[in-house]
Amino acid sequence: MTGVPLSWFLILSAVLFSLGVAGFLIRRSVLTVFMSIELMLNAVNLSFVAFSYQLKQVNGHLFTFFVMVVAAAEAALGLAIILAVFRNRGTLQVDEVNSMKN
Amino acid sequence: MLHLWLIPAFPLAGFLANGLVGRRASKAAVNLIAIGSVVLSLLWVLKTLAALGPLEHTHIERYFTWFQSGDLRVGFDLAVDRLTAVMLLVVTSVGLLIHIYAIGYMSHEGGYYRFFAYFNLFMFFMLLLVMAANFLLMFVGWEGVGLCSYLLIGFYFLRHSATTAGNKAFIVNRIGDYGFTLAVFLIFLGFGSLDFETVFAAAAGRPVETSAGALTLIGLLLLAGAAGKSAQIPLYVWLPDAMEGPTPVSALIHAATMVTAGVYMIARCAPLYTRAPLALDVVALVGLATAVLAAIIGLAQTDIKKVFAYSTVSQLGYMFLGLGSGAYSAGIFHLVTHAFFKALLFLGAGSVIHALSGEQDLRRMGGLRKHTPVTFVTILCAAVAIAGVPPFSGFHSKDAILLAAHHHAPWMYWAGVATAGLTAFYVFRAVFLAFFGTYRGPHHPHESPAVMTLPLAALALLSLAGGYFNVPRWLEPMFPPAEGAHDALLVYISVAAAAAGISLAWLMYVARPGLADRLAGRLGWLYRLVYNKFFVDEIYDRALVRPCVEGSSAVLWRGVDAGLIDGAVNQVGMKARDAGSVLRLIQSGSIRSYAAWVLWGSVLALAALVLSRGAR
Amino acid sequence: MDLVLFLTFAIVAVGCAVNLVLQRHPISAAISLIGVMASLAVLYLLLGAEFIAAAQVIVYAGAIMVLFVFVIMLLNAEAERKTGRSLVARYIGIPSLVLFLSLLGVLIHALYPSAERASFGGFTGGTPQNVGRLLFTRYLLPFEATSALILIAIVGAVWLARKEAGE
Repeated sequence: MTGVPLSWFLILSAVLFSLGVAGFLIRRSVLTVFMSIELMLNAVNLSFVAFSYQLKQVNGHLFTFFVMVVAAAEAALGLAIILAVFRNRGTLQVDEVNSMKN
Repeated sequence: MLHLWLIPAFPLAGFLANGLVGRRASKAAVNLIAIGSVVLSLLWVLKTLAALGPLEHTHIERYFTWFQSGDLRVGFDLAVDRLTAVMLLVVTSVGLLIHIYAIGYMSHEGGYYRFFAYFNLFMFFMLLLVMAANFLLMFVGWEGVGLCSYLLIGFYFLRHSATTAGNKAFIVNRIGDYGFTLAVFLIFLGFGSLDFETVFAAAAGRPVETSAGALTLIGLLLLAGAAGKSAQIPLYVWLPDAMEGPTPVSALIHAATMVTAGVYMIARCAPLYTRAPLALDVVALVGLATAVLAAIIGLAQTDIKKVFAYSTVSQLGYMFLGLGSGAYSAGIFHLVTHAFFKALLFLGAGSVIHALSGEQDLRRMGGLRKHTPVTFVTILCAAVAIAGVPPFSGFHSKDAILLAAHHHAPWMYWAGVATAGLTAFYVFRAVFLAFFGTYRGPHHPHESPAVMTLPLAALALLSLAGGYFNVPRWLEPMFPPAEGAHDALLVYISVAAAAAGISLAWLMYVARPGLADRLAGRLGWLYRLVYNKFFVDEIYDRALVRPCVEGSSAVLWRGVDAGLIDGAVNQVGMKARDAGSVLRLIQSGSIRSYAAWVLWGSVLALAALVLSRGAR
Repeated sequence: MDLVLFLTFAIVAVGCAVNLVLQRHPISAAISLIGVMASLAVLYLLLGAEFIAAAQVIVYAGAIMVLFVFVIMLLNAEAERKTGRSLVARYIGIPSLVLFLSLLGVLIHALYPSAERASFGGFTGGTPQNVGRLLFTRYLLPFEATSALILIAIVGAVWLARKEAGE
């Protein structure tokens, strides 16, 4: 019996996603938080591709492609926002960007 | 098409013109508009009646559908029949005379244009009321005259008593109008229409109700409306207070026209009442009781306008007695003659008040026949007319009513005769107190200008000769004459009662001036009871007004409004604030905690997914 | 062979991801993320997604991560300091995370008890030809929409990152 059970890909995807969430929760640097989000997106992409393999259809790849495009746009905007925040506040710590509090 | 609509339209135009631009216009212009519009209206009435001739049939003009809803169609329809013709002539002619009189009376008052604007508005609504061809349009006029009455009673709105009197009139009328409204609902329910023509034709096909039925209920509710508007027991209390308004208002609205609207309405609904004899009996009883009670109260009043006000209530009671005895034409006849002599009495009283610069108390008058001879003569004409001295107008109409009452129930005749005696007494008491003896006041009386005395003279002629307008004969096609022989004896008795009343007044107030006071002192509590109007106002206040006001303030205001409604609103606000003060702890401003909450939410969603899988 | 390949790169990916979460300096995190992405690209190949694997390397590992590293350098980002604590994140977030992962596992286990096995060459539909055909036919509208999205993102990024007039 060769090959990898497809559910393993899904388990891997779930583990990577959870690690992304964990990074979001634990890390304090806004850059690392942002990277955790990218990690989550990648985990989801993996499950898309795995489903695509199971159904023998290419549509899942298209979704992955669109996710990448959106991720690129998001990265450009997100980093610009981080830049602007850093200029205004002089910090990259998410806990210090809390002027909405109270 | 005779363009009936023009009759009420002229005063309406006058109202609009005076109401909108009267403030800047000169008095002459205001007069021209106000008087001119009524003159045009009167001329159009005459032209219409000339064109219609003997009026064998009702002339109806339908203009447009006011509104339609399901089976209910209410049109703006005007109609003229013989009854309406009588009313139109009375309203426009007496109205015109009083308008002219008001030029003189109001000349020194503020709000001159406002007064005439309201007056014209009143004429509009009154004409609408009498010309309406269905119940709802009649109700428009009915409410409209009530509104004008309110506005004009409170004309001196800086005086507190005037505004409260206006409110009282409005509120008391509201009680009656409630009955009227219910009656209109019932009529629609029973007949499927509000048109006089349809309803009365359908009613004519119904049997006479020997026991209480739908028609009786309708009749009683209509009577409630009429009792409010025409100041009958138990709703008469507003009319004496309404004397706070300027005297021309008292003459036009609260003596000659508006207060007779109830009489007109019951006569108009005669086809309903004829088939509801029980309701008709109640009408007669209410009328008789009002006539007696008001006449007794009138004996002891010292304010000249109050005397005449109670006299109006009493005479309206007479009209109701006539209607209730089945002699609708007699009631209308008395309405006409009463319009003449009561308007004259009020205008004469106004002339006296004008001469004395606002003095209304009979105790500070006296001897005025030398100072104001024209007023004296004209008021004397009115007095003999109202007292029922033959052959003047009141004699004819009152006699018709008393004969009908005798035919209906003899005891009612005797009560009516007694009231006639009282009437003669209190009217002549007022006349003797004001015009005979010596002057007891501080002012310098002067005769009124010609613009006031000329209408007085015209009305005096009408009061003397009005009895020869044979209204019952004219109305015969509508209201068949009550059978019963013309008993000469009954006439003599009532004339004797009137003569007795006049003689007694002469004795007490001219021949032996101290007698009245001694008698009042001797009778003590009885005199005080009458002087204080049987404490009816106080009883109403204790029994009805105060429980209502205090109940409202305790239950509705403090309990329901402040407690329940405000409380609910405040509680919602407070709870929302409390919840917010807890919930805002979640809004920590920390991205990571937000992320944790999002994660928690997705865990719940997943758990739901798993559980639903497991359940399947 | 497939199993070895999968296990190798799965372990690398998870290891890099764990490193990303644990590293305190952003540059280390970025390097770890590149490792995750590269291993994922291999797994994509295993699943027959040739085009996506290439795009993963070029777009993600290449362009996006370069952008990250560039910003890290530009801001001269240092290792994060221990500032503040989020009790909610600790006491609700971490247990939730454990629950989340286990629930996902249960779901996957329940839905794919004996799913088919993936092996190299088992699916060959993921060529650039196939993807491109679908992209320009069925998904043309979303594709054009993304171009508008990217344009807006560029304009937004330029506006946000520009120097203030007063600075």
